[in-house]
Amino acid sequence: MGRKTPLFALHQELGARIVDFGGWDMPVQYASQIAEHHAVRRAAGVFDVSHMCVVDLEGPRVRAFLGALLANDVGRLKTPGKALYSCLLNERGGVIDDLIVYFLTESFFRVVVNAGTRDKDLAWIRRHAAAYGVAVTERTDLAMLAIQGPEARARAAQLLAAADREAALALPVFVGRELGGWFVARTGYTGEDGFEIMLPAAAAVPAWRHLNELGVASCGLGARDTLRLEAGMNLYGHEMDESTDPLESGLAWTVALEPPGRAFIGRAPLEAIRAAGGPARKLVGLLLEDRGVLRSHQKVLVAGAGEGEITSGTFSPTLERSIAFARVPAATAGRVQVDIRGKLLNAAVVKPPFVRNGQSLVT
Amino acid sequence: MSNVPADLKYTKSHEWVRTLADGSVEIGITDHAQHALGDLVFVEVPEAGRAVKADEACAVVESVKAASDVYAPLAGEITAGNPKLADAPETVNSDPYGEGWLMRMKPAAGAVAAAGLISAADYQKVLEAEGA
Repeated sequence: MGRKTPLFALHQELGARIVDFGGWDMPVQYASQIAEHHAVRRAAGVFDVSHMCVVDLEGPRVRAFLGALLANDVGRLKTPGKALYSCLLNERGGVIDDLIVYFLTESFFRVVVNAGTRDKDLAWIRRHAAAYGVAVTERTDLAMLAIQGPEARARAAQLLAAADREAALALPVFVGRELGGWFVARTGYTGEDGFEIMLPAAAAVPAWRHLNELGVASCGLGARDTLRLEAGMNLYGHEMDESTDPLESGLAWTVALEPPGRAFIGRAPLEAIRAAGGPARKLVGLLLEDRGVLRSHQKVLVAGAGEGEITSGTFSPTLERSIAFARVPAATAGRVQVDIRGKLLNAAVVKPPFVRNGQSLVT
Repeated sequence: MSNVPADLKYTKSHEWVRTLADGSVEIGITDHAQHALGDLVFVEVPEAGRAVKADEACAVVESVKAASDVYAPLAGEITAGNPKLADAPETVNSDPYGEGWLMRMKPAAGAVAAAGLISAADYQKVLEAEGA
């Protein structure tokens, strides 16, 4: 058996099918993955993301530390509570993990990293934090809920004390703050508006039940995966890992090469790739034109340019057709073929996201 | 509790087999199987005229999450793949023993006896052994 979040018994009570995810026993779906997906696109759903690893970083030199550690530039974080998405790179420019970092005070930043990479991330962060005198604290005392969908913020605000609701609803996109002992952030991984809430573990079950009473659907990791894929968001271990760099993973926008003087781990190899004319491969979206379902590791054939591979694929409940991410030769454009069980099916190359705020962006 | 009709034969790999009046057989996946797979979004059925061996993968059912093979419970020749499933794969979820059938086939000589199909009661035991 794997590790369990404070909500594990409740998931079982609610009839969830439990699967292993990065060493954790997590709900993949309750009654219907497609119904859960639509609940988030059309109203509101709640996900248990307590398996993700919250790490507090404290010390007077914490900003300088993160400036050296992360490919994106924490110098961009000027307002307390503001969040930034970044890759954590190794010296070769490979992606150790992707994470969200919150600027809380000049001596206190918080990062949230993936469950499956927790141990190596913590080891890497601690190894580099020592030189900056930064204290690294894993917040295993917290649970985390993601409440997502067009109705999510209005309903989730009902969990808060009346005096805190207005402040929660006033949070700008990608900003979080402490409210009544909970950390409430307007972030997510679905392409919809919503909150991610970090709260004491003991408060998680009552909060979840209250959300259900407010009409927020319990949603599993299955729906989370189809939602993030439609939203054009990468999943660590699929779109990128230590053998790929952010430039060939659709994440060039998260690599801050300005200012030129900021020496971060992995910078030199990325600059060398840029200087040599850019990466040989790129990450694209695919929209299957024939019937079938694109899946990770299927081969992509690009006329005149070579071959690529699907990194994540699924049936899109919103578009009612199959979509995917694929890593393909840089020259790829227009149309490709995908080998599905020996049959060559046609797919259009598109720029993700496929869906944002409930609307299709590709058809 | 899964629905296991008493008048059908089963395989341990969760297919059901119905013998039709003309001696051909209709094949689908069980209620337990459709429930375990979740919402089906794509079904690939074999074409009429294809000869299949027992235990040969001959259809594919795909849920949002994964693709799963369906195996021929016995040897024979495919006489039809269910044409409705191309547009309505969810029929396998809603009516696994009826409109959601996958294929029909004409068994090879002696194939039904050789297939080792099990009764509804024995299939129920298989499910219990799997903790279903």
